[in-house]
Formats: sequence, C-alpha cells, structure tokens
Amino acid sequence: MSLSLMEGNEAVAWGAMASGCGFFAGYPITPATTIFNTLLRIMPPAGGICLQGEDEIASIGYCIGASMAGLKSMTATSGPGISLYSEQISFAVGSEIPLVIVNVQRLGPSTGSATRGADGDINFMRWGNSGGLPVIVLAPVDIKDCFVLTMHAFNLAEEFRCPVFLASNKEIAMTKESINLDAVEKPRIIDRIQSKEENFLPFAVKEGSMVPEFLPIGSKTLVRQTSSTHGEDGYITTDSGIISQFQNRLKNKLESAIDSFSFHDSFIEENADTLIITYGVTGRAAKVVINEQKKAGRPVSLLILKTLWPVPENLIREQAKNAKNVLVFEMNMGQYVHEIERILPDKKVKFFGQMDGRLITPRQIMEAISNE
Amino acid sequence: MNSLLNTGRPPVFCPGCSHERVTKALDKALSNMGISGDKAVIVTDIGCSGLFDTFFNTHAFHGIHGRALTYAAGIKMAKPDLNVIVTMGDGGLGIGGAHLLAACRRNLHLTLLILNNFNFGMTGGQFSVTTPPEAQVGSGFLNRLEKPLDVCDIARSAGAPYVLRCSSYSSNLPDELEKAVRFNGFSLIDIWGICSGRYTKRNKLTPQIIDETLAGLSSCSGIMEENKRKEYGHSYQELSSKLKKVAPPGGIRAEFIFPESDRQEVMILGSAGQRIITSGDILCFAGLTAGLNVTQKNDYNITVLRGPSISEIILSPDDIGYSGIEKPSVIIALAQEGVDRRRYVFSDLDESTLIIRAAGVDIPESRTTMLDVDFKTRGIKSQDWALVSLALLAKIKKVINIDMLNAALKLVFRETVLDSALELVKRVEI
Repeated sequence: MSLSLMEGNEAVAWGAMASGCGFFAGYPITPATTIFNTLLRIMPPAGGICLQGEDEIASIGYCIGASMAGLKSMTATSGPGISLYSEQISFAVGSEIPLVIVNVQRLGPSTGSATRGADGDINFMRWGNSGGLPVIVLAPVDIKDCFVLTMHAFNLAEEFRCPVFLASNKEIAMTKESINLDAVEKPRIIDRIQSKEENFLPFAVKEGSMVPEFLPIGSKTLVRQTSSTHGEDGYITTDSGIISQFQNRLKNKLESAIDSFSFHDSFIEENADTLIITYGVTGRAAKVVINEQKKAGRPVSLLILKTLWPVPENLIREQAKNAKNVLVFEMNMGQYVHEIERILPDKKVKFFGQMDGRLITPRQIMEAISNE
Repeated sequence: MNSLLNTGRPPVFCPGCSHERVTKALDKALSNMGISGDKAVIVTDIGCSGLFDTFFNTHAFHGIHGRALTYAAGIKMAKPDLNVIVTMGDGGLGIGGAHLLAACRRNLHLTLLILNNFNFGMTGGQFSVTTPPEAQVGSGFLNRLEKPLDVCDIARSAGAPYVLRCSSYSSNLPDELEKAVRFNGFSLIDIWGICSGRYTKRNKLTPQIIDETLAGLSSCSGIMEENKRKEYGHSYQELSSKLKKVAPPGGIRAEFIFPESDRQEVMILGSAGQRIITSGDILCFAGLTAGLNVTQKNDYNITVLRGPSISEIILSPDDIGYSGIEKPSVIIALAQEGVDRRRYVFSDLDESTLIIRAAGVDIPESRTTMLDVDFKTRGIKSQDWALVSLALLAKIKKVINIDMLNAALKLVFRETVLDSALELVKRVEI
C-alpha cells in the first residue's frame, strides 16, 4: 500500500494530468486557488501550459481558445468567478467547446464567505447560461471522487463537446485526506473525434451521432468557430429550421445520453421505507447514518448522486421505487429537491437544508429521519 | 500569392464604410507575406469589426464582445506557429480594457487591429471610449461628460512593444499591416476610420481631418524601443523546459501499529505562528505510517501571523465518512483565540476526552481529563508547543506512538529542522 496525503483540489489537479489536460488558466480565488497552485507546479514541466489570467473572464477565454486549438483545457474558480464566466459558458455551450470547469463552491451569496463551504451554486451552474441549454455537472463526495470525476469530466467534455462542471465544495477541496492513487480505478481516456472528412463542416453531425467531429484551429483544413447562431458550416444563419434542429441537438445530445453517465453510490435496503437522497460532502454524513441505522435494525436507504445535471431521472426513479418517504439533504436552502419532487410526484419528499458554513452532521440527519 | 478573400462571402459593409479598405489591405498584406489560409486565424468579437473573419478563407474564431484577445491568447499558446490576427472595434476596446492591458504586458505574438470609428455602429451610433466629447452621437449628451482615451498612449505605457496609429485611408496600410503581423511580439494598430452609416451622418469627418488629427497626436510609428523584449510564448517555453518533472505523490508505506482500535479525532487549537497546521500535517503523516485513513481540516484567518489557527484531524482504521469532529478524543489547547473559536465543542465532552492545556489558557467548564503543561517553565518556545504536545501523546501511546511520530517527522522535515525536531521529541517527558 502506497499512501499519500492531499487536498481535494490537489486530487483534481492530478486527475486533470491523468486525463491528458494540456491547458489550464485560472484566476486566484479561495477555495479554488490550490488547483492553480498545484497545476502550475506540475503541468509546465510536463509540457503543458498553465496561465494566470488577468481576470476570470480572460481565464476561461484562454481555455476556450486553447480547447478549439486542440488542447484539453480546464479552469477552476468559485461562485463569484462562475458569475463572471457566465457569458463564456454560454459560448462554450452553443459552440460545442470541450471544457472542464471546476467550481469549488463557497458560502454565498456574492462574495459571501471565502473559507466556508456550501453547495449553493447547484442550480446556478445548470441555469447560469443564456439560452438555458443543458450542461453536465458532476459532484464529488471525497478526495477519490475529486480525482476520478475530474477524469470523467474530461471524458464527457471530449465525448459530447460541451462544458462540464465539477461541483466541488470547500469542505472537500481544502480538506486533506489519505489516498492510495495506485489503487484508484481510473476510467479509460476519451478524446474528441478528429474528422477525416475531405469537405469538413465544423458543425455537421454524421448519421447516428449527435456530436460534430472536430478539427483544431490551425489544422490543414480551415476551421470556423463562432458564438453566433450558426449552421453546419459555422456561418451565421437565420433559417429557423436549421436553428431549431441545432438547438434540439444541443439539448438532446446530453439529455438522451444521461443513462450512460449517471454516476452515483447507492445503498438500497430491502425493508426500508425511507430513502435519503443527497450529493457532495453531505453524502459522507449520510453514509455514517445509514450504517448506524442498519446496526440498530432500522434500515434506511441512501442514494448519493454524483451526476446532478442533466438530471439522472431514470436512475432516481429506479432507486426510489420501493421508498415511501424521500428525504433530500443539501448544503443550501433547497435547490435540487425541486428536481426530486418533479421526478417523484407520488412520494412524500421532504427537504432538509443548511447554509451557514457548517457541515450537515450525522446527528442532524438522524433527527430528520426519526421525525419520519 | 493569391488573395485570401472569401469570394463566396464578399464584404457587406455600408456604402462608404472604411472597414472595407482595411479588409482589402489586410488581404494584400497576407498575400504579400505568402501566408496561406491554414497558417492564419482571424479572431473577432462583436460589431462591424466582428464581420472580418467571415470575409477571409483563413481559420476563423468569432466570440464575445471585448474578449477576442482572450481567445487569441489561448490559440497562440496552443499553436505557436499560427499567425493570429485580432480585429476589434472601439466598442470591444472599451469592454475588454483589462485584456488589452494584459496583452500589452504579456507580449504574446498577436496582431491587434483596432477598427476605430468613434462610435458603436451596429447598435445605432452610441458613444464609445474614443468618441470625441463634441460629437453628436446616439447617447444624447452623455459623451460630452467623458474624456475619450488614446489607446496608443495606453498600450505604450502598458508595455506594448509595437504600437502604430494610422488612417484607414493611408496608402501604405498593407505594408503597415504586414510589418505588424511580422513583428515577433504583441503589435497593435489603431486604425482610424469613418462610419458612414452612423457617425458621419451627424459629424464631419474626412480622410483629411483624420490625417490632420493624427498628426497632432504623440508619435506611435511601430516599434517602441522602451518596450522591446522577448516574446512571451518563447520565454514561457524556455523557462518551463528548465523545470524538473514532478512525480505524483505517494510512497508512504504502512509499517507501524496504531495504538488505538477505532476512530480518533484530534483538535489542535492555537494561534498563528504556533505551527498548528504543520503539526496537523505531522499527525496525518503519522497516521499514514500506520496505514490509517486520515482527514485534516484547517481553519485560520487570511492574515499571516495573526489570529486563531486550528487543525482538526481524524485518524481511523475504517473509512472516514463524516469529516467533521463532534467528539474529539484529544484537544490540544495552546492559545485562547483558538479555544474561543471552538468554545461550542466543550460542553458535550466527558472524561474520555483528553485535553492538553497550555498554562494560562482558559477552557469552558467540562468533564474532560486535563493534562496541564507549563511549556514556558519547561523552556519550550511557542512554535514548538504543538509538536511537544504530539510527543506527549506518543509517550502515553494515545492516538499515536513514538515510531509513528518520528517517521512522520522524517516525512515533513529535512536536515537541521528534522534533527532538532527529533531531538525535541526525544527530550519530552510526561
């Protein structure tokens, strides 16, 4: 056994390296800064490029340029930075730019508390782009997830050509934890498909596929990239038929594939009426609780979601099918619970939230259960 | 060399717009240089200057208003051999001010063409950062209240090594564009032009007036001697190639036996300067040498050497679920401000919690087991109190033992610091 001690943020950085990330740009912000610090230490000596932008907008702009020139790219920030990223995220959504965005969430609103954790940006990440088209959001629970889900985030960004968020939290990102990296099961690396077409059209999709093949800016074949509404050729279009097809494809390419990347941990007890649904660091406290409940002969089921967006609806329905009561725990004032209520209209769904910089404790979860 | 103009998409500017002259001049410059379409990218943003990428058979990147320089930088870093040409209007210039300053300071080999026509043409002729106060524009009286900026002076003082002012009507515009594109570093040309669709509807501006006005401004005719230096991309490669590769962390082997049977929670409550976080690290590494799962959370103010400093460590043979501390087995209380920040924890504790308390630290009423230590009388410096407390734990085989502690010290410290830490631990008596 070969152990090491690192923060969640360091694990994200090493996960990026293991994914073949060639470009990082970020602007310092607590609690995300140590991702930049780590990558600046390890990436340039390995031939990668790590930049500090003049601000957040520039940092993600650099990543967008580098990604379309062919490098796997990542940026990292916290809630205030995501606000500034917003216009560029919309660009990446609409122009199908592979990009990993780490959001190390801190207590908001606004400047909030730099060194206090929360999961307050869950809906913001999903809905904070103009046009409202879907993005992918993955939520790590611990340091191992920080490593593995970063790799999945890169894979998904490459496979679907879209921005993928890693919804970290100060409580995971800046907590040091033991890890045996050698023993972590790593996903196979996926790269964007390079087009071999003679008459390459940057936004054309092949029969049976919903994602355009890629060529980098600077390749032998000319490539057009644009933030404006475009046809297959990358030129502006006003044709509502083409526009409609394009918007539907952007939506469907992610939503129709969600079953293939519905990451989760589930602990379903046969005789349990109650199902806990949670995500992020709160999953750790919930796991303690269900273990204790089982020992005490009062089993409770638990579903920890690691893919939050698009909503893994089939997974949630399947896991909840035997439950009568569903308790949703979030480190915010109630966000994802509305998705659960929407998907499980026939269940009694209850919410427990806390957003004051403290972790939701096993004791609080226990109390909420015993009130059922 | 053939023209790179896209014959399928001819320029669509308003009649009399000077942008068309710049389009043709740029084509001539690229043709004269013998650059093929695949060796160049035109990066644009929003507005009339944002149409440029569509007129050329080159790589094209059209993005958000004011942000063109950010994409261009990413592209250039990824593809250093590509000729990266950015067009921007006086609108994008105003929005992307921070990016312009950064580009000047950074000196990446990009060419920025500012198509400066003194107003926002596309949205109805509102005032921009270059609109003269006396002009009649689409923003009512507002432009009368603000001073227009001189982008060349700004670029020069921000460190741009190549800055040129010129007119869209200049006969040697293709040559000037070529010189700028060839320049190995950041080059900026402030190209003054006429917006026939909006600006000259209500304001008098002719090629002659442009020439006369330019003649009265400070001279910016290309290379700025005071800003000459190495190109950023080359320097980046040069410096990063000298760095040593970093191996992934790991390599701590489990070799000692944990003196406890279950999860142990430790709180170290002190103040900045007492090496609280370092001691938390040491405790974690000690845990790793016994093959344990560990977590460590630290809490301190952003100021250095002021305020409370807290490290909360969990060592456990089982998976660590919840990473918060509710019932510590040990509290090391070394400074009042650290204790005060965790005051709420004490009331629930019983005698199973051991508190190592530095003399003079006041602890809320509790039923814990207390070990009072007068570090000062023992002649121990404040920065060593936390380490000595760990040594005390090791001596009584609480949470860690002496083998684990010494092995951890060897992982954290080097040379003389290590020697003195080992010596300090050795000397500690209960």
